[in-house]
Amino acid sequence: MLFKTLAKEEFRNLVEILSDSNEVVGPKRVGVNAEGKPIHHYLPVESFDEIDLGYENTEYSAKGYFLPFTENLSEFKFGGEDWDQQIRYEAPARVLVGLHACDIHGLLKLDKVFIKDFFPSPYYIARRRNTFIVGVDHEACEGGFCRSLGTDTVNHGFDLFLTDLGDRYFVSIDSDRGFSALQQVKTGEITNADTDKYLDTRRRIADSFKTHVDVQNLPNLLDIEFESDVWKKWGKKCMSCGSCAMVCPTCYCYGVTEEVSMDFTEAAKVKRLYSCNLLDFALVAGGHNFRPDRETRLKYRYYHQHRGFVESYEEPKCVGCNRCGRVCLAGINPPDIIRDLHAEERV
Amino acid sequence: MSTLFHRYEIGQEVDMRQPLDFNRRSRLKDVDRAFKAEIMNVIRLTDMEKLFQIRILDDAERERFSFLAGQFVMVEVPGYGEIPISISSSPTAKGYIELCIRRAGLVTTVLHNAKRGARIGIRGPFGSHFPMEKMKGQDILLIAGGLGLAPLRAPISHVIENRADFRDVYILYGTKDPSQLLFDYQYEEWRRIDDLIMRVIVEEPDESWTGPVGLITKLLDDVQIQPHETHAIVCGPPVMFKFVCGQLSKMGMPMQRMFVSLERRMHCGMGKCCRCNIGSTYTCLDGPVFDYWTVMNLKEAI
Repeated sequence: MLFKTLAKEEFRNLVEILSDSNEVVGPKRVGVNAEGKPIHHYLPVESFDEIDLGYENTEYSAKGYFLPFTENLSEFKFGGEDWDQQIRYEAPARVLVGLHACDIHGLLKLDKVFIKDFFPSPYYIARRRNTFIVGVDHEACEGGFCRSLGTDTVNHGFDLFLTDLGDRYFVSIDSDRGFSALQQVKTGEITNADTDKYLDTRRRIADSFKTHVDVQNLPNLLDIEFESDVWKKWGKKCMSCGSCAMVCPTCYCYGVTEEVSMDFTEAAKVKRLYSCNLLDFALVAGGHNFRPDRETRLKYRYYHQHRGFVESYEEPKCVGCNRCGRVCLAGINPPDIIRDLHAEERV
Repeated sequence: MSTLFHRYEIGQEVDMRQPLDFNRRSRLKDVDRAFKAEIMNVIRLTDMEKLFQIRILDDAERERFSFLAGQFVMVEVPGYGEIPISISSSPTAKGYIELCIRRAGLVTTVLHNAKRGARIGIRGPFGSHFPMEKMKGQDILLIAGGLGLAPLRAPISHVIENRADFRDVYILYGTKDPSQLLFDYQYEEWRRIDDLIMRVIVEEPDESWTGPVGLITKLLDDVQIQPHETHAIVCGPPVMFKFVCGQLSKMGMPMQRMFVSLERRMHCGMGKCCRCNIGSTYTCLDGPVFDYWTVMNLKEAI
């Protein structure tokens, strides 16, 4: 990893240069919630000033820029008795500014599924390669338990990563194109004083995390507690709305439907992100539903997050951002559920 | 300034320009491109099931298409949808595949109404297969319930075509009533094969039924096996696995010698959509064929 320092004004210049020929997306303040706290979304911005790098968290993760909520996988053109299939891999060049470490970890986990595993996805790879990522360090957000999952710091998966040293940024450079981009602006070499300040900042950030979740040996615990009443308790509250999967930075499941144009000359194969909490997720032809109850679907989501994914990729799928906990109308959240599982007593 | 960050075109990747082959799982490809195919022939099996003979139109694509017993394809009916269907024909039959399809939902109903010559799409083959190589030189139990004969017909074909590789072969098949029996025109042919025992049982006989009556497990009572020199392939509804595999287990057969084929909802076939996920296991990648020990260790598998 190479490091440089970058004056804040120079960073503004860099983003403006990058935005000349690419779409720039960043955390933008869109309103306030009932408690008066600002709400941020990753949205396309017109100017650098619309980006609020001091944001605490965003309602949605940035996964929609890699796995769009709706996308056309292919299109069919009908003619006579025949059809023709057309596939396009549309991936605009885009600069994503201001991702937190947990969201970059989210992308690294998606990389495992969509790039490194069987059947690499051309749709995902095209978007990933065409997105220039600038990450930014931050102090703990409310309820976030990323430190418990080791996702509060990140060492790769971005182009540039900024740590605020007050008047300038300490920049970690993880790609050739990130390095090239920095050559367009004025950067400084790292001094011993910079390094000290950087490490101090990192320590302060690490100490800011207050929410801890015990994920030690969780895959085994989940196996043991498969029939636990904890699932009944939380399953009863779950409204099976699927919001948790929508805001999750790593939930990637989907459904495909086909839509025919009004004049019957073409059809589109449309992929929509789905949620395993929705009733028909595992419904098969003939009417059998493998997970008909709310509790079994809720349980399944936690099993995939903290057990299944571990089995496949040696790490949990969860990054600890707690977006699912914040968005849930029923108050279901990972720290409480996992605490309950640890506390479960058998009679 | 556009030189800062070049737009990347995935279509230029070398792998993307290779001929489409779904057997090369780890290579980048047009994952959603379907082979254009036509329905060559339709054979009525019962009121609910038809057998479709399907041929990939492009010569090179047809030549390259190969599968193993137990694998499945995604059948695309443009404008309606895509469904996973296990291949019912012999892996050695070149030039066409056969799919036994029950009319159960939107896409299958459209297929049942389709005429000869209709053009559909095929992606695949996907999934794991029955390890026929491992079963060489041993006795084989091929057991199906109901629609389970559809996926079982591929290993049956394999066994018949390679009869010398196996010792005694049993085909045990059961349905609710005689009208639901699939491929009934083939039983006579199978029965005439050397040391192949074919037995059929129904739960609810009609007046003309002369065979045994009861559940599929009843057929196992008359079967003598050497548990460590026998393999079983069991296809059917999940509840059948419990009883059949449970009984085989009691007869002394290790669970790793029993193979079952699971069914799940699937929207991709490639371990991405998660619809077929059981814990961490994708039925489309690690399955549909599993040994029964693995199934026992999958939560909610059956």
